[in-house]
Amino acid sequence: MTRPHILIAAAALVAGSALSAAEGVSMDDPNIKVDYQEDGRYFTEDGVPTFNVAEDGTVDWPTFSGFRRYHAECHVCHGPDGEGSTYAPALKESAVEMDYYDFLDVVTNGRRKVGAAENSVMPAFGVNPNVMCYLDDIYTYLKAHGSGAIDRGRPAKKEAKSDVYAETENACMG
Amino acid sequence: MKNLTLLTSGLALCAASMAFANQDLQTQIDNPAQWAIQTGDYANQRYSELNQITADNVGDLQVAWTFSTGVLRGHEGSPLVIGDMMYVHTPFPNTVYALDLNEDGKIKWKYAPKQDPDVIPVMCCDTVNRGVAYADGKIFLHQADTKVVALDADSGEVLWDVVNGDPSKGETNTATVLPVKDKIIVGISGGEFGVRGHVTAYNMETGEQEWRAYSMGPDSDILMDPENTTHLGKPVGADSGTNTWEGDQWMIGGGTTWGWYSYDAEADLIYYGTGNPSTWNPAQRPGDNRWSMTIMARDPDDGMAKWVYQMTPHDEWDYDGVNEMILTDQTIDGTERKLLTHFDRNGLGYTLDRITGELLVAEKFDPAVNWTSGVDMDPESETYGRPTVVAEYSTAQNGEDVNSTGICPAALGSKDQQPAAYSPKTELFYVPTNHVCMDYEPFRVSYTAGQPYVGATLAMYPAPDSHGGMGNFIAWDNIAGEIKWSLPEQFSVWSGPLATAGDVVFYGTLEGYLKAISAETGEELYRFKTPSGIIGNVMSYEQDGKQYIAVLSGVGGWAGIGLAAGLTNPNDGLGAVGGYSALSDYTALGGQLTVFTLPD
Repeated sequence: MTRPHILIAAAALVAGSALSAAEGVSMDDPNIKVDYQEDGRYFTEDGVPTFNVAEDGTVDWPTFSGFRRYHAECHVCHGPDGEGSTYAPALKESAVEMDYYDFLDVVTNGRRKVGAAENSVMPAFGVNPNVMCYLDDIYTYLKAHGSGAIDRGRPAKKEAKSDVYAETENACMG
Repeated sequence: MKNLTLLTSGLALCAASMAFANQDLQTQIDNPAQWAIQTGDYANQRYSELNQITADNVGDLQVAWTFSTGVLRGHEGSPLVIGDMMYVHTPFPNTVYALDLNEDGKIKWKYAPKQDPDVIPVMCCDTVNRGVAYADGKIFLHQADTKVVALDADSGEVLWDVVNGDPSKGETNTATVLPVKDKIIVGISGGEFGVRGHVTAYNMETGEQEWRAYSMGPDSDILMDPENTTHLGKPVGADSGTNTWEGDQWMIGGGTTWGWYSYDAEADLIYYGTGNPSTWNPAQRPGDNRWSMTIMARDPDDGMAKWVYQMTPHDEWDYDGVNEMILTDQTIDGTERKLLTHFDRNGLGYTLDRITGELLVAEKFDPAVNWTSGVDMDPESETYGRPTVVAEYSTAQNGEDVNSTGICPAALGSKDQQPAAYSPKTELFYVPTNHVCMDYEPFRVSYTAGQPYVGATLAMYPAPDSHGGMGNFIAWDNIAGEIKWSLPEQFSVWSGPLATAGDVVFYGTLEGYLKAISAETGEELYRFKTPSGIIGNVMSYEQDGKQYIAVLSGVGGWAGIGLAAGLTNPNDGLGAVGGYSALSDYTALGGQLTVFTLPD
């Protein structure tokens, strides 16, 4: 309990000094700032998953995993790097602006915006393990890019996958 | 010998008198004042005999009239013109308008189907639709939700409808249908949802299903005769659609059929291609995965396959084989040949004998293509007809969880569905192409019905060490297997061109330009910026003695996904990020028809 806190304080310090945030997004935002870490996954003080980018650009494993899963499951509508397409919103912004639990709700249950000017439908991914087992990963990846902590493209360096993460992943994917 | 001759002449006589093709549709196609079929003709040549607009006067072209479709998102396909009526379709919700050309395009009738919007997100890559078809006084619409509807061309009244697939399992539609004889031939989309692809024939009068041919599965499902259906001249053998798969993977094997269809009335064969095997992770489907990625020649009466050719066995890159098959009669070494030319997603331009399925030419139509060093053209070789895969770019050899970089072309192919055109005057093919490469990392996925079933992550970027743009518009010699000339484009060319007897070729660009170029040299003769990016196909018709050129604007489709925010090369380092301009800097959504003509 004490150890993660110390570790995180150091990481946050690094992040605060090394990163150039996207316009209007502060790395000290309580919805972004790392408070603690458990088995390779980082959290805010409210227990919301967040990303961690070290000074040399190394991203946490779940955020890297989110990059991979996003570009399999989401990019055919929402565009590369969460930048949006001609018909689906830029999720890199949604991940920063939306409440985490609302984000989960939309991915799990879908939503419809259908009218005279719009034909937007987000499908429900609740039964899709390829999405649901990696939902926090996809969320932190998009939040990392949306806040300007990582650029477009594949993160070059990543932390190793933790044993607990691997166990959880295998159990979830079946 | 004598008997055979007699028999043959009897057949020829029979052929001459029979109502081949669809007699009504063939008659409408033969009138160059009309545009009676999406592909220009049964051969998919996209060539208009009209010659009022020429290379000399096209510079004077003006907008004659415009029409808003009332729908946003990607507008593919084109209008049809039959008599004095123009039929315009839209993306989802797939509205159809019948416009009276004698009354300045007044809306004579409008058909607005009610579809469950839940089909929208099941459609890979936007809600496009590639247009309606016409035959026997009917307009045929294949909706996004796979309902096939026959409308009275005069009144818009629904004559019959039939459901071709199940969107809750990921089966959707984007394609047009092909009327042949007394049937319409219908395909299916959903390769990224583990759909098992099929082609189905419905009775034109009643909507009753006549046959269905799957792309993989038992011989009775794929309508192949182990002895008489041939692959590169040899019998396909028993169980080819299951023994090239591991376990039951063929049941969710992909090979969907969302491209264009052509028909040779004399040979009485329909031609089309099948899409990628699913998933995109090759490790999950060992084997050649027949008959995904295959050119098919089938008998329209019973669906039986005469010959097939699998271009990309065991796909590792999502190089769907659905692009159009263009039928031409040309002379090779003094001999008249019946040819089929196909520009595949995999970046190879193929020329085959369309009667026998013999492979004549397989050459790269974009010099950037690097995943293969070429196709084995030696009929005696064990690997005859197979592409030699370059190990560095093999996502299967590199394995799961490995990111293979610098593969050209990208998954969207050197060319996607945007159909090429052919001019019998120049004997050149005019081909809209993508000049985009990718990184591709396959990984394990699990299958859930109706959910995406992809299994690879990819990043796309403009072809490195080239002109920096993401497209080329090329002229191709299908006999030499050579590019004659190539026009660099900033974005992929996602519009089907039109070749004309006036020696002008027209095509649209993603920024929204309609361009006219010389069919001989490629020199640009005219351009006009329409309200939105063009992913539709250019068509021509004549009304009251005047030639018109028409095209749908409305950016979207595959192109609208990758290009909207621009593409970046992850391998270029940080300096280049954001270095490629975004399509959103040039154009925005909007569905509109723009019609051009010469001033009086």
